[in-house]
Formats: sequence, C-alpha cells, structure tokens
Amino acid sequence: MVNDPAPKLPLEQLEKNFADINPPLNPGQALEEASRCLFCHDAPCIKACPTEIDVPLFIRQIITGNLRGSAKTILEANILGQSCARVCPTSVLCEGSCVLNAQGRKPVEIGKLQRYAVDPIVASGVQLFQAGPDNGYRVALIGAGPASLSCATELRKRGYAAVIFDSNPQPGGLDTYGIAAYKMRAAETLKEIDLVLGLGVEINSGVAVGKDISIPDLEREYDAVFIGIGLGETDALGIPGEHLNGCVDALSFIEETKSKRFDQVTIARRIAVVGGGNTAIDVVTAARRLGAEEVFMVYRRTSEEMSAFDYEYELAKNDCVTFVWQAAPSRVIDDGHGHVAALECLRTQPAAKDARGRSSYVPIPGSEFRLEVSMVVKALGQKRKLDFLQQITNLKLKNGCIVVDQTMRSSNPRYFAGGDCVNGGGEVVDAVAHGKKAATGIHQRLEATHGRKAHA
Amino acid sequence: MPDLSIDFCGVRSPNPFWLASGPPSNTAYQVMRAFDAGWGGAVWKTIGEPIINTASRYGSIDLKNERMIGLNNIELISDRSVEVNLREIAEVKKRFPKHTVIASLMVESKQATWHDIVRRAEDSGADLLELNFGCPHGMSERGMGAAVGQVPEYATMITQWVKEVARTPVIVKLTPNVTDIAHMAVAAKKGGADAVSLVNTFNSIVGVDLDNFAPRPAVAGRGSHGGYCGPAVKPVALHMVSSVAKTVDIPISGIGGIGNWRDAVEFMLLGSTSVQVCTAAMHYGFRIVEDMIAGLDNYLEEKGFASAMDLVGKATPHVDDWGNLDLNYKIVAKIDAVKCIGCNLCYIACEDGAHQCIRVDERPQGDLRHGVNLRHVPVVLEDECVGCNLCALVCPVPDCITMAEIDTGRPHMSWKQLQEARGKSPNCSMEELLAGGK
Repeated sequence: MVNDPAPKLPLEQLEKNFADINPPLNPGQALEEASRCLFCHDAPCIKACPTEIDVPLFIRQIITGNLRGSAKTILEANILGQSCARVCPTSVLCEGSCVLNAQGRKPVEIGKLQRYAVDPIVASGVQLFQAGPDNGYRVALIGAGPASLSCATELRKRGYAAVIFDSNPQPGGLDTYGIAAYKMRAAETLKEIDLVLGLGVEINSGVAVGKDISIPDLEREYDAVFIGIGLGETDALGIPGEHLNGCVDALSFIEETKSKRFDQVTIARRIAVVGGGNTAIDVVTAARRLGAEEVFMVYRRTSEEMSAFDYEYELAKNDCVTFVWQAAPSRVIDDGHGHVAALECLRTQPAAKDARGRSSYVPIPGSEFRLEVSMVVKALGQKRKLDFLQQITNLKLKNGCIVVDQTMRSSNPRYFAGGDCVNGGGEVVDAVAHGKKAATGIHQRLEATHGRKAHA
Repeated sequence: MPDLSIDFCGVRSPNPFWLASGPPSNTAYQVMRAFDAGWGGAVWKTIGEPIINTASRYGSIDLKNERMIGLNNIELISDRSVEVNLREIAEVKKRFPKHTVIASLMVESKQATWHDIVRRAEDSGADLLELNFGCPHGMSERGMGAAVGQVPEYATMITQWVKEVARTPVIVKLTPNVTDIAHMAVAAKKGGADAVSLVNTFNSIVGVDLDNFAPRPAVAGRGSHGGYCGPAVKPVALHMVSSVAKTVDIPISGIGGIGNWRDAVEFMLLGSTSVQVCTAAMHYGFRIVEDMIAGLDNYLEEKGFASAMDLVGKATPHVDDWGNLDLNYKIVAKIDAVKCIGCNLCYIACEDGAHQCIRVDERPQGDLRHGVNLRHVPVVLEDECVGCNLCALVCPVPDCITMAEIDTGRPHMSWKQLQEARGKSPNCSMEELLAGGK
C-alpha cells in the first residue's frame, strides 16, 4: 500500500515499456555477427566464461546451420545458457575478452549469438541430454536457483538421483524472480528449467528445509547435500521510519514485477531507491517503466564508485532517473498515518578508505535535505541466511558465506555449496559454474571413490 | 593522365574492361547501360540457333556472410533470334561507335553455317568476333561449345572455316575443361585465330540440397552440371592465362573471377590485353566499372606507366619453373607483439597445419572482473621457421606478421642447379652443395 500512487498505464503500454531490451537477432544479423568470429585458438572468451562455454565452436555451428548442435555446445557447458545469454555482464566476461577489442573493433556479440542458438531449442522443448544410468546415490539440493539447477543437471548426467527443495512456489530462484522483466520473463526461465526437469531432476517447490523437512532427515536420506540457498532479504537501512508502509525491499519489488501482471503492480508517483548496485538499477528502471514520474536513486558515493555495470547505469540514465550522489538516508518520514511521506538524507563527504580499500563517505552533520516521495526501496545488498546455515553442524562460514574448497565442499564433508551463499552475490553464470564444480566434487567423493551404490 | 585505352588486334577500345559474353550482355538495352556506366567493350551473349532455357539456372556458394564467391550456371546461349541480336548490335554500334562490340558466335559444326553467321555478324558492325568453343553444358551435348573446344583438331578446323571469310579479327574463347589449355591455344592459333580469350566456365556441381538431394540449381528436383565462375575461380584462371602467354605469342582477353581493378591488373600483368567481367556485374550491376577505371588510372599513374598497354605481360618473366627457384632464399616470420591481438590462429595453423615453429602459453581461466590478462602473444622459433607464410596468411591483423628476409650468405642455388652440381660432385652432400660446395 502506498500513498500517492502513479496513475496506472494501460497494459499494452506497460508491455511495451518492459519489452525485450535486447531483441533477438534475425538470421541475417546472426550470420553477419557470427562471421566476425575469428575462431581463436585457446580462445579467451572460453577462458573468461566461468562455465567455459566453447564459444568459437557454437558460433561456427551457427554459421554451418547446425543450430541444434550450437545449442547443445552451449547447454552442455551451461544448462542455463538461455538466461546467461541475456543477463551475463558479457562486457566483463566473454565479450570483454574478445580479441577484436585489442584491434579497436567491436567485440563479437557473443551473448546475442548465444541467445540466437539457444532460444529456439529451449522453446521447442527438445530434450538434448540424457541422464546417466542410475548409480544408486541420492543428492539433496537446497534451493532451486541457478547453482542447484546446474549441480542437479550434472549429477543426473552422471546417474545420481537429484532432489531439489525450494520454499518458493516456482523454481529458478533469482533467475525466475530477480531478473529485470525487460531482460527475461519468468515464463521463459521456467521453460528453461524444463531442460533440467527433463533429465529427471525432482524439484519440490514450496518445501522449506528446516521446517517442512528437517535437516537430520535430509542427512539421513541423502548421500550428499548441496546448499544453493542464495542470500536473504535486503539489508536494512538502519534508520528510523523503515517500518512505514511504502518502504519496501528491492528484491520483493522486482519479484512482484516478475510474478504479477504489470498493471497489478502499484508504484508511487515519486519514489526513492537507496543503493548503487545492479539491483538498484533494476528497481529504478522498473519504477520508471511502471509509470513513476520521479525516481531518485540515492547513493552514498559517486557515480564512479557505483558497483552497477556501466551499461546498467546507461539504462537508468536513458530512463530519466534522477541521481542523488553522495547522500545517505537518515530518516523515513511518516505522513502521520503510517505511510512514507518523504526520505530525509544527509550529504556525504569522502573520508579515509575502508577495510576493502573502497573510499568511504561519511554524512555531513546538518546537511539534511528531503526527497518528497511516498515509496522508498532498499537496494543495499542482501543479508546472509545465517539462521538457516547455523542449523547445520560444523559448517564453517566467513562473513556469513559458506567456506568451500576447490571442489565446492564445505567444512562438513556431507555438504557442498555454491552460488551467492558462497561468493556473497555473483552472476547467474558464477552460480552455474559453482554447481558444475560441486557436482564433480560430489561425484569424486561418492561414486569415484566408493563405486556404484548397491540398490536397496 | 595515363592512357587507359587499348589496342586489341588493331581494334582500339576506350579501356580494357569488357563485359564477358553472358547474361549482362544479352540485349542492346543492357549493353548500352554498360557503356553509359563506363565499360569499354562488351562481348555479346552468344548468338546462334535460339535455345530454350530452364528455370532455375544459377547456383552459388557463399563463404560465411559473403555471398556468391562462386557462381554456377546452366543457362545456354541467347534465346533470341540471330536477327534480333544482330540488329541490336548494329543499334549499339551506331550509338557507341568508339566502344568495342564483340559478337560471340556458336553454330553447328558445318562450314557453310559458320561462313553464314560470320558474314552476318560482320555486317551488323561488330568490331571483333569471339568463337564460343567453351560452353560446358547443354550446347556440348549438341556437338557445339566445349565439344569443339576440347578437341584441338576441331578447334583448328572451325577456326579455319571462320578465317576463310572473316574480315574482322577473330578471338577463340577457350574452355578450361581440358588437361592443358595452352595446347588448345596452340590449336586456335594454328587455325588462324587472331586472339584467344580465357577462361570459359569450369564444369561444376555447385552444391547439393541436403533435404531433397537435388544438385543446385535444381530444375524440378533434378540438376545437371553447369559452368562455374566468379571470384573463386580467379587463381585458376590466372594460371591458365599465364600458361597461354608463356606458350603462344597471341593477344589474350583474360576472363575468370575479375571483379575489381586489382584483379584486372593481375590478368594484364600476366599477359591479358583486355579483361572480361561477368559474375561481378551480375552481382553488383554495371557501376562497378567506375572504380575499375579509377583504380587502374591511379595505379598506372602511381607506377609511372603511360599506358594500360604497358602492363600487358609485365609479370610473365617472373613466372618461372619451380626448378629455377632459389633454394637458398630464406625468410622467417616476425610477429609484431604490439599489433598482435592474441587470437593464436598463427600458433594453431603452424602447429596443426604446418611445421610446429610457434609457441604460446596456454591462457589462464579468468575474466576482466579479476583483472586477468588473456592476451597471449605467440613467439616464432626462428631457427625452426621454414618461411612458409601460413601464419601471416591466417593472421587477421594487417602487417602484424611479416616475413623477413634472412641473408644466408649462400649463392643462388635452384633445384636444377643442384642437379647439375650433384652430377659434377657426386661425393658432396646435399648440404655442401647448397652451401656452394664449401
């Protein structure tokens, strides 16, 4: 419930506002783009991809008209190749490493080509992979996000039973609920997950481990457990008034845009978003596209220090967002009826560098100013799910993240982990890479060490 | 201003760029458009007893995004009557008296028929005659085209028939679908030909439809071999022109994959006086001649040639037998580490496809987020390098890999010289002989 909601735009307009920002290539464009690939030896794009997709090969397969083979090359290395094609920060990964950059040329648009190859196969529902012969081992995976989906896929290929538990109504984790709608729709993510289901991965949605099924039960029934629970809710601002109606969490807001019709999402006429990361960008752009008239992005530091990628910043600029640099929220102001009336901020100034070497900014006393908004969105970063993780015995954490070895194995030998709960928040492709590595780690610990398990 | 005009068997042409006999020179309308665009001459689409064509007629091959690097056709000679074609030639000559119009002829192998068509073609005002002894499909099954051009005695005989009545110079167009095209040029000259033009198209099947197994171009699910041309055939044509130029003293009109002034200059340097273009005009239209003219003009000026004729045969003395090449000449690859973009294509080409003389470290796993440098510059093992050029050929960066000459201090020693030296000094090792007996 927010005060002063923005007038609802017609659904047709909303659909237009949230239309694919990176429309797929047509066959002519794809051939032209694919033809630019040099087919490098020991290609840097492969090395710069956490999942090591054989990029030159899949591009060559596009050129030869072997689109199915191309999709298989991609999905073999990365079962969420469709999501990654759309959400990967390619400018710092494959495309950033493309040798054409060194020649002052535009890198090959690998992300778009990947999408060109994968989209039709995923949409067709063709099952490209087969599960391995049953080896008798059972692995439970907690969370149905990219890390678990990837891990489960690799386990099934090796003949393991893979059973995922997830408390959300739909699988996919942030891949389903957290990707800006103009990049990918939830229905597309779910279609992609059909590839995983087709391998015989069992996904139990709406089942919370620790509540609906106990951790000891899990440990008893499964030979290994993979933790891919991601992170928790957004960090609190830690200021008075945070409880007011209209003060919301960024991820819940994005989730709303991903799980409801756009005309069922209410946005305030004027809104402030606190944070400088990619999620903050997702929120400000979504807010503008939903019809908010004035969107403030409030960030403690300057534009150069924002953790959002440059191309994300560009998106926000193009959406006419008002940036409020060097400002720290100090109070959410009540309208007298328990609703947000304004966000009070203080100007900040640079101070000594923090422990991570980032320049820190401190509020300037007496510099208060107000942003008249009826909605405040917190996009500061996510909390660790400590309550859950601490229920597992002997699970070593560092800064709230699970400590793992090279094989993604935790300090508790039964548990492996990957994704955001390990790296503190990364890309989908990082989570997929973790999941693959963990599957190899689990396999090494189980079948590779003990042989196949006799059936009961 | 260099003189672009040429003298071809006594016929002056405004420039060496002629349309080859084919679809672009089918009608007066097209030829006049071509002359307006700047073409110096046109060889009319072959005139003879009208034929009936099929649909479809052309098939091509693409290279990645590049369309039509090679074109195949199963079209025959003109499907219009001799009268109409000759009347149109007369019209064109009237409007463009200074341009060169060449009548391409093909009739059944009877002396009287040839005499008749030659007289009629000359009456139309054609400057030159070209005898089509090359068409590789359709016509050859009827005893014409390549059926004549592949048998030296027939080629000589029919050329003689033509020369019995011809008052204008006669060009014999040669088919490349023979073992030695120079042999056919000798036969043409023997028959009295004033010039030869080459090459006609190559026998080809340009591709097969993977769904219905029909060769392309398909006519109701079936296909037939056709004639192949376009950029892909240029190197083969260049060799054939060169071979004829070295064997027979006869003017040559060069044909085969010419699409720009560079191609044209190459054909002229190897012995062509004029060049003929078809596929490029079919692909891009007549206006490509604008740059052919401008490019040739620039080239002549830059190189200090007064006339386009000065180019003819300039490269011929440089074409030699392999046995005369210097075995002591040495070059090695040099990679410019600053220009190198790290694609490592030179490495893999040398490793898998050549002589294993380039080394490069394997790239680490990592990305820009972690500041990992993935640009790895390969290194040439110069002592191992055989100077084959492959790395420089695959390198996508201009002037990044150059082949540097190494002074071995050894004398010129060709294979032929080496054989002689071996005969004189049978007890010397090959290495000693190469070093000049030292």
